[in-house]
Amino acid sequence: MNFLTSLALFLQIAVQGGTPLLFGTLGAIMNERVGHLNLGVEGMMMFGACMGYWAALKTDNAAIAILVAGLAGMLCALIYAVLTVTFRTNHTVTGLVTTIFGTGLANFIGKPLSTQALPRSFTEQLAAVKVPVLSEIPVIGKMFFEQSIYVHIGILCAILLYIYMKKTTIGLKMRMIGENPAAADASGINITLYKYVHILLGGFLSGLGGAYLTLVYVPVWKESVTGGQGWIAVALVIFSTWSPIKAIFGAYFFGMLRGLGFKLQNVAIPLIGTVPSQFLDMVPYVVTILALVFMTLRKKKENQGPAALGLPYFREDR
Amino acid sequence: MLQIVKKQEMSPRNAAILRVSMVFAALIAAGVIILILGYNPITVYSKMIEGALTNKYRLTQTINKAIPLVILSLGVAVAFKMKFWNIGAEGQLYMGAIGASYIALFHSDLPIYIMLPLMMLAGILCGGIWALIPAVLKSSLGTNETLVTLMMNYVAQKFVNYLQIGPWKDPKAFGFPKIATFTDNAVLPKVFGIHIGWIIALILVVVVHILLKHSKLGYEISVLGENPQTARYAGMSIPKILLVSVLISGGLCGLVGMMQASGIEKTLNEGISGGLGFTAIITAYLAQLSAPVILVVSFLFAVLLQGGTFLQVALEIPASVAEVVQGVILFFVLASEFFTNYKIVIRHRESADAGKEAAE
Repeated sequence: MNFLTSLALFLQIAVQGGTPLLFGTLGAIMNERVGHLNLGVEGMMMFGACMGYWAALKTDNAAIAILVAGLAGMLCALIYAVLTVTFRTNHTVTGLVTTIFGTGLANFIGKPLSTQALPRSFTEQLAAVKVPVLSEIPVIGKMFFEQSIYVHIGILCAILLYIYMKKTTIGLKMRMIGENPAAADASGINITLYKYVHILLGGFLSGLGGAYLTLVYVPVWKESVTGGQGWIAVALVIFSTWSPIKAIFGAYFFGMLRGLGFKLQNVAIPLIGTVPSQFLDMVPYVVTILALVFMTLRKKKENQGPAALGLPYFREDR
Repeated sequence: MLQIVKKQEMSPRNAAILRVSMVFAALIAAGVIILILGYNPITVYSKMIEGALTNKYRLTQTINKAIPLVILSLGVAVAFKMKFWNIGAEGQLYMGAIGASYIALFHSDLPIYIMLPLMMLAGILCGGIWALIPAVLKSSLGTNETLVTLMMNYVAQKFVNYLQIGPWKDPKAFGFPKIATFTDNAVLPKVFGIHIGWIIALILVVVVHILLKHSKLGYEISVLGENPQTARYAGMSIPKILLVSVLISGGLCGLVGMMQASGIEKTLNEGISGGLGFTAIITAYLAQLSAPVILVVSFLFAVLLQGGTFLQVALEIPASVAEVVQGVILFFVLASEFFTNYKIVIRHRESADAGKEAAE
């Protein structure tokens, strides 16, 4: 195999590994844009992963399975929204509990599912589709044009979210809530409604991200299948400076790190020798930490998050 | 029209009653979830209690879970009091266990009265230093500690896995990837059938209580947690308070790692924590970061966890039911905090309008 072909394959794998992160990151962006730091992404992904798999086994229909996964993520998000928006609880603690709850519920419901495999008739529905001609483009052809439709849904969501945030009035109002809720309130925006809608939609996207793992990537249900990807997604929001388009690159970059881990197993690197696989597994987490440090070092004005992120807004406190 | 109004602070007694009743409401709600999932909640709850308390062996198992939970919650509480969101108890536990295991495995000829204190010291230091990394990043650069501590959990866990499969693998285990069992001089002695961690845990509850409530550092921690500006104006050295208390927080979690390795597993492996580092966050928060309450809440949660394990063995109901119940309990308690600070009043629109007219 020549270099270009293996590079193309590698990029294809990077995109696949990055897709669950992309969904999770987009979900977290929607939360943070209305001022809510949601550490529940991991739990919402887990519950989506479990319920999506469950629905896939029951119905053998990819569209229904994906929808159920999204709704499952949304259900967890609803709990988070009721607590943080209506009951004004601490975002950090509430998000963590959402994760513990979602993970627990998913592992509970998923226990009997772990012995069942998806039928071939299902996996074929989400198998990689080779787009004629375009998939033959060197290097990037396979990356974008020989993928499951699920991957394309991810890219589409990112683009739609970008247009929504930057080009529509509703999107502008939504961003205003994250920056200055008091001003948004004064200008007559229904803050509670906006927060609920965006947190729920964020949960939907996170659920989709989890289900990509169980329906396409792995594709089986196993305990704690997301393995901390939800946390990386929350960190990726900072890395991608709250922009859905940059989130695509950030997510695929982390997908690449994951792919690199597989590639480098049992490969001798000059001067170092073979790197134990556990150290390769650490790479995404270490890079996340380094990225966080890097972002705090480079404090540029346009790289900052929503000003009111994580701060509860009490109308009565004004 | 419904309106939310801030109200006078609730008396501690009423607040406590509200919390306890919320826990009961949560148990009912979790029961409904269990019912939806196709199990009988009454059987589940009664089996949990049966599996956690009804004989000496089960009670020992419950206490074995309560010991690490108490100390981890104390560790988490010290950091949370300062609003330093240390979600890294899990990782600090692993690092502490690694430090202690190093002493146990490579200096196995030490006499027990030197060995055990040395292992504890190694555990505390390793856990503390691991926690210090995000603290230094936060105090010098302002990096978000929540995410850094979280990521470091995974790094620590992979590192244990590496030691287990790689350099520390027991050559006498016929190729099986495990670390050698500790020699007897590296195992915590038992008092009343339970490793002496329980005595250490009780002592630490008192120590942390004094530290948080009756010491200068404790006062500084709570001022810093309430309002960093006030702390700065009062001339407190914020980085120093932050680093010292995070060192204590991580050190306590590291000590748990030592105790789990030495008292329970008698070796080092990946299953040493069993997710207790995350449960400790819930228990610390539920106990409102008060050391004596942590003791009670941790024991109750240990009952829940041990009950969950028993359910899996006895009725083949997944043990993760315990996590679901934990989550629901905290959801309810979090919601109840709203009612301690706010009240909902029903105001009639006419009377509000009338008031406006009168004002004009």
